[in-house]
Amino acid sequence: MAYSEKVIDHYQNPRNIGTLDKNKTNVGTGLVGAPECGDVMRLQIEVDEVTGIITDAKFKTFGCGSAIASSSLATEWLKGKSIDDALTIDNMDIVEELALPPVKIHCSVLAEDAIKTAINDYRVKNGLEPIEMKAHH
Amino acid sequence: MDHNATTPCDPRVVDAMIPYFTNKFGNAASRNHKFGWEGEEAVDYAREQVAKLINADPKEIIFTSGATEADNLAIKGVFEMYKEKGNHIITAKTEHKAVLDACKHVEKLGAEVTYLSVKEDGLIDLAELEAAMKPTTILVSIMYANNEIGVIQPIKEISAIAKKHGALFFTDAVQAVGKTKVDVIADGIDLLAFTAHKMYGPKGVGALYVRRKNPRVKVTAQMDGGGHERGMRSGTLNVPGIVGFGKACEICIHEMESDAARIGKMRDHLEKELLTLEESYLNGNKEHRLPHVANISFKYVEGEGLLMGVKDIALSSGSACTSASLEPSYVLKALGLDDELAHSSLRFGLGRFTTDEEVDFTINQVKEAVTKLRDMSPLWEMFKEGIDLKTIDWQEH
Repeated sequence: MAYSEKVIDHYQNPRNIGTLDKNKTNVGTGLVGAPECGDVMRLQIEVDEVTGIITDAKFKTFGCGSAIASSSLATEWLKGKSIDDALTIDNMDIVEELALPPVKIHCSVLAEDAIKTAINDYRVKNGLEPIEMKAHH
Repeated sequence: MDHNATTPCDPRVVDAMIPYFTNKFGNAASRNHKFGWEGEEAVDYAREQVAKLINADPKEIIFTSGATEADNLAIKGVFEMYKEKGNHIITAKTEHKAVLDACKHVEKLGAEVTYLSVKEDGLIDLAELEAAMKPTTILVSIMYANNEIGVIQPIKEISAIAKKHGALFFTDAVQAVGKTKVDVIADGIDLLAFTAHKMYGPKGVGALYVRRKNPRVKVTAQMDGGGHERGMRSGTLNVPGIVGFGKACEICIHEMESDAARIGKMRDHLEKELLTLEESYLNGNKEHRLPHVANISFKYVEGEGLLMGVKDIALSSGSACTSASLEPSYVLKALGLDDELAHSSLRFGLGRFTTDEEVDFTINQVKEAVTKLRDMSPLWEMFKEGIDLKTIDWQEH
């Protein structure tokens, strides 16, 4: 199976690899997936507490090229968005942007889960109600 | 680096085959003219070459379309022929799908199949085999060498146990023939499947060895028709393919030993270098193993992602992230590897035409890709921070 050019680009030049301090109150961390499934994503956002804008996003991913590309793309999209706007990122947007084949759709689902989990982590830390997670099973 | 999947045709094999596509195109079953005789003669000669490689009699070679067909013919054919005698078959969990699926098929027809587990090194436990034997056991089917990890099973011991209990012994020897000495007499093999394209011959031709005496083994044909191949496999013979198969076997007879020594040296170098990477592990028994195979897990890196990082090298991974089930290699899991390590594995298969330069290129590329991917792996970061991954409540998806 051939990878799309965009997947290859993100794989070869991943954006925003790294780690933010998960103990800071303005940092939200989403760790999703499981090693035995062959996919683990950790996505982190740093939020400006006054404006609610995501000022930084970092990821680390254990997984195939599509998983790496999905999380790399997610961090690109998150930066500069408000946390409310970030919630509108849908996994199918990632599928479309990266031209993921059907067998790789789960990578985009995982990225969406990672975004929402990171936002929830931030919300809970800051005394906000967690938003409801979409069930994919 | 993926010679367990297939091998290139040796140019000498291609040269031998070419006349049989054009000038010498006869059907080996045509009895009344020169073209047919030429074809028959060529097949007879190839049958001798093929038989010689495994120390068989030419009459014991049944040509097929490949090893999958030979596996099917052996298992289904033996079950059909001997089912009055008994319905029990013993095989192992690490067999090739062609064997496992043929066993599943005869299960539906009333066979009882025991799937032996393997030890951590990939070898079966002889005591477990002995204990599994029953008066109704008609067939023991254990592969000679494994396609993913290259381990060589204790064939002589297995055949002795089968014989003692009056069962036939079949071995899928696809990976072993032409790579290591296989001798159907000394090894006590009753049926053996192998194929040309794993030993520098063409694709689409293989053979089943069926013993003719001590004991005389029979299989029920799975392909009905003109009664070719002593009635066990009908169908016009693939003359050019068979000629190529014969030539490939002849080359192996002469060059197998020197090939194995040279390729083994390169494999050992590759393996030693890659195992210098932290948290990398060799899978399968190190000693009882084909000389050209190494299967290594690079912990905290996912195999498919790793393959993408070394895309200029043809390799294969035990991680099957492309399948809907996300299940990693069943062979590695049978060795007791956890799913995570199975997902992190690469299989290296060197070949006759592999060069030292290619080996060094592979070493460098793999080392570089592993390092790069670990830098972006959250699991590697946790490992480095001393976090036990087993204590984390993972969200399985």
